[in-house]
Amino acid sequence: MKQLISFIQKEFRHIFRDRRTMLLLLGMPTAMMILFGFAITTEVKNINVAVSDASHDERTRRIINALAENEYFNLRETASRQRETERVLSDGTADIVVVFDENFDEKLTRGEKAGIRLIADASDPNTAITKINYTTSLIKGVESDWATSTPSGRIIPNVRMLYNPQMKSAYNFVPGVMGLILMLICAMMTSISIVREKETGTMELLLVSPVKPIYVILSKAVPYFVIACVDVLAILLLAVFVLQVPLLGSVVWIMVISFIYIAVCLALGLLISTVAHTQVAAVLISGVALMMPAMLLSGMIYPVENMPVLLEWLSSAIPARWYITAVKKLMIQGLDISYLWKELVVLSFMAGFLLFVSIKKFNVRLQ
Amino acid sequence: MLLKYLLEKEFKQIRRNPFLPRLIAAYPIFAMMVFPWVVDLEVRDINLCVIDNDRSAYSRRLVAQASASRYFHLSELAATYDEAMESIQRNQSDVILEINPGFERELMRGDCPDVMISANSVNGTRGGFAGNYLSQIIADFSADIARESPGSLIEITPQYRYNPHLDYKNYVIPALMVILLTIICGFLPALNIVGEKEKGTIEQINVTPVKKYLFILSKLIPYWIIGVFILTVCIGLAALTYGLIPAGNLLVIYLFAVLFVITCSGLGLVVSNYSSTMQQAMFVMFFFTIVMLLMSGALTPVKSMPQWAQTITWFNPLRYFVEAMRAVYLKGSGFWDLRTQCFVLLGIAGFFSLWAVWSYKKK
Amino acid sequence: MNNAIKINNLTKKFGNFTAVDNISFDVQKGEIFGFLGANGAGKTTAMRMLCGLSVPTSGSGVVAGFDMTTESEKIKRNIGYMSQKFSLYEDLTVWENFRYYAAIYGVRGREIATRTTGMLRELNFYADRDTLVKDLPLGWKQKLAFSTAVFHRPEIVFLDEPTGGVDPLTRRQFWELIYKAAESGVTIFVTTHYMDEAEYCDRVSIMVDGRIEAMDSPANLKQHFGADSMDGVFRQLARKAQRTD
Repeated sequence: MKQLISFIQKEFRHIFRDRRTMLLLLGMPTAMMILFGFAITTEVKNINVAVSDASHDERTRRIINALAENEYFNLRETASRQRETERVLSDGTADIVVVFDENFDEKLTRGEKAGIRLIADASDPNTAITKINYTTSLIKGVESDWATSTPSGRIIPNVRMLYNPQMKSAYNFVPGVMGLILMLICAMMTSISIVREKETGTMELLLVSPVKPIYVILSKAVPYFVIACVDVLAILLLAVFVLQVPLLGSVVWIMVISFIYIAVCLALGLLISTVAHTQVAAVLISGVALMMPAMLLSGMIYPVENMPVLLEWLSSAIPARWYITAVKKLMIQGLDISYLWKELVVLSFMAGFLLFVSIKKFNVRLQ
Repeated sequence: MLLKYLLEKEFKQIRRNPFLPRLIAAYPIFAMMVFPWVVDLEVRDINLCVIDNDRSAYSRRLVAQASASRYFHLSELAATYDEAMESIQRNQSDVILEINPGFERELMRGDCPDVMISANSVNGTRGGFAGNYLSQIIADFSADIARESPGSLIEITPQYRYNPHLDYKNYVIPALMVILLTIICGFLPALNIVGEKEKGTIEQINVTPVKKYLFILSKLIPYWIIGVFILTVCIGLAALTYGLIPAGNLLVIYLFAVLFVITCSGLGLVVSNYSSTMQQAMFVMFFFTIVMLLMSGALTPVKSMPQWAQTITWFNPLRYFVEAMRAVYLKGSGFWDLRTQCFVLLGIAGFFSLWAVWSYKKK
Repeated sequence: MNNAIKINNLTKKFGNFTAVDNISFDVQKGEIFGFLGANGAGKTTAMRMLCGLSVPTSGSGVVAGFDMTTESEKIKRNIGYMSQKFSLYEDLTVWENFRYYAAIYGVRGREIATRTTGMLRELNFYADRDTLVKDLPLGWKQKLAFSTAVFHRPEIVFLDEPTGGVDPLTRRQFWELIYKAAESGVTIFVTTHYMDEAEYCDRVSIMVDGRIEAMDSPANLKQHFGADSMDGVFRQLARKAQRTD
């Protein structure tokens, strides 16, 4: 036991001596949280709009004024010709061009239909649809003001945003950042640090010493485990006090599920270190097999529901997916543990299985 | 002349590495085949839970219209709000539509009945979209009913330019190529010099009279070539499997790619020069890559960012390359349209290359 | 000018720690100069300064006819170096390693091939020219590293503990290589902590705590300290050391 403690101390000294890495281990989650919290949003605002008005009448002017006054729109240009329309869209001056029919007012007065074309830059289909929707409802709004009699039988939708009334993207990203950072520190960094000792040959020295091999591994894992816990706490504090993301559920359970997830990650790191012989290999394996899937298939950024069935299945094998879902449920939805048994069971099973396999493999390598 | 020998050595080392050649060949293929299916922020398959307290002809018509739309499908008919919330909590539904009793009666009377929409917005984008879109369906439904009496005369027709089928993949694939190049041409050089430091071979180089810039150049050039190779594979695969062919000139894409790869590998070497262990290099590189990626507009629009964040993106090489790739691929922009991006990227590329040479110390 | 190396008052400090403390010495051309000292005495630091890998805090020196502080790149052209850490590329073959270093030292294309062939034949390595270096035994690797260090025919070769970790037989063979190089006029500057190897040197200096405590031929030193082996000389001096590892 005493040996173990002195081993762990040695590992801590290694990590603390490397100031730059220490700084990053703590700075990285902070930077990611701030970026995600403040900079990264998909909210559509500042819609640049150009108008092509061949009619120049009272009603088109009123619609244009409504566009100019609305806070979501920036009226950039009144392009008059077809060619202009193409130009403002292609050089990015406008995201959307509103084209009125000729004799717009006349047609309407005569009780005929008058057309408006909304030409959108649909490179990004999501925002294009939202922009078209905004513009449409704005025009409809202006039109309903003209109607002399109040339109009969309009249904008023009353929209409520559950859990995240301001629709902040931080709510969605905080659990994702936790999942990613823990994977990075526990799996990738641990595997590199073990393989490094293999590469420099010091691992052999440790293994021929009378210390039990499991202690050697444990002493490698403990410092990263501690740093991971510090990071989880830092992320939670930042989320609550800086990003104002609520922490509705139980902190104890968040920590419990984080411990299980950290165990999974450490086991993965150990597994990689038994397979890889060089640091480059460890980096590549953990990058390709752990980090990429954790980022892409876990639902952190990209919703799992959108994936083709095959990938959706594949994502079930990714620990980060279960962890992120669990943290979302606990933290943001404030659900109690009875809603989480599935995530808990899956993660515990993964932790047990991976620890078993990696320790077994590690022992085999020794013989 | 000397460069030839230096390069030969770098290429041999890459070729003999048990992982690198396989990675360089397989990764782009894997990424291009899998990621476009994953990297899909398009909101669809929204599960709709309905509480119909009216159970009238009109309310049923509204529900039918909502569930028939492209985005929603009816997941559950709940009797009470609690039951519906339970369904949200179990992740079985994303949005609740609650119709009050007397809905039809009020409509017939010419009143304005309320309907409640409650969207799960843990994922703000998805929740917001669901709320908006459901409101839109209800407005259309209103208009349909009103059309039976005199109604709207303005006919609005949307037209979608550059991506008429609203295929999210077309938007994402050009950005994906950028991400791939960043990863391969950034991380591999970052591991290179620090690797020689850990092995001790760099010491031997440092006592030779080799010129700094030549040595650094021999480290960079392989990644430039690898980058162009990977891009070619990606462009080919995008055309073959997704039918995505650049609307503009391929040469413009390659011009930008070369500038970008120079930047990336330069940054990688700078990190490598300042690191003393591979672990450190990895970690620093990971940090920069994540930040640059998030601030590039590849995943979320730059325009949605607050002003200070947009200012940061001016210094981000990824931003210019992503913009250029999308513009050439979808809009068919030419060199002249993208000249600003090109010159800025050229500047950044020069900066990192010089820094890479400068930060390599032979002492 | 008969000095290959001429050093005056060379000092290197790292913060408060003085690794090399005001040392001065000369090395003559064609000499085998042994640079001895316990671990941490400052040998490697001093040697790294001579090779232009590290900048002195103060002092001056001329190596191979060039000024240490201002002309380090010119010095590098005229010296060979073999570091303590084995430093050939393990994932290149014997032949490729030679070729690479030869090119770096500006040996011309055709010349590289003829010299490489000659060198490998001499070392009886020609049959293994296409073997990856990592598949060779340690002793062979060290002989190869030495050969690369003298391949471009430098005036001076610096060897930093070249025989660490190899068996006595290989060490002997290694010293034969050193003698052969010295006969052809190359100055040899070698650090070691094997005292039997010190006996092979023309002259040795012994460093203790960053200072040179003794410098002479092995025979004179033994006489002066009244010891019957270099080991005895060294032990007497090392007793004075304050520094520990």
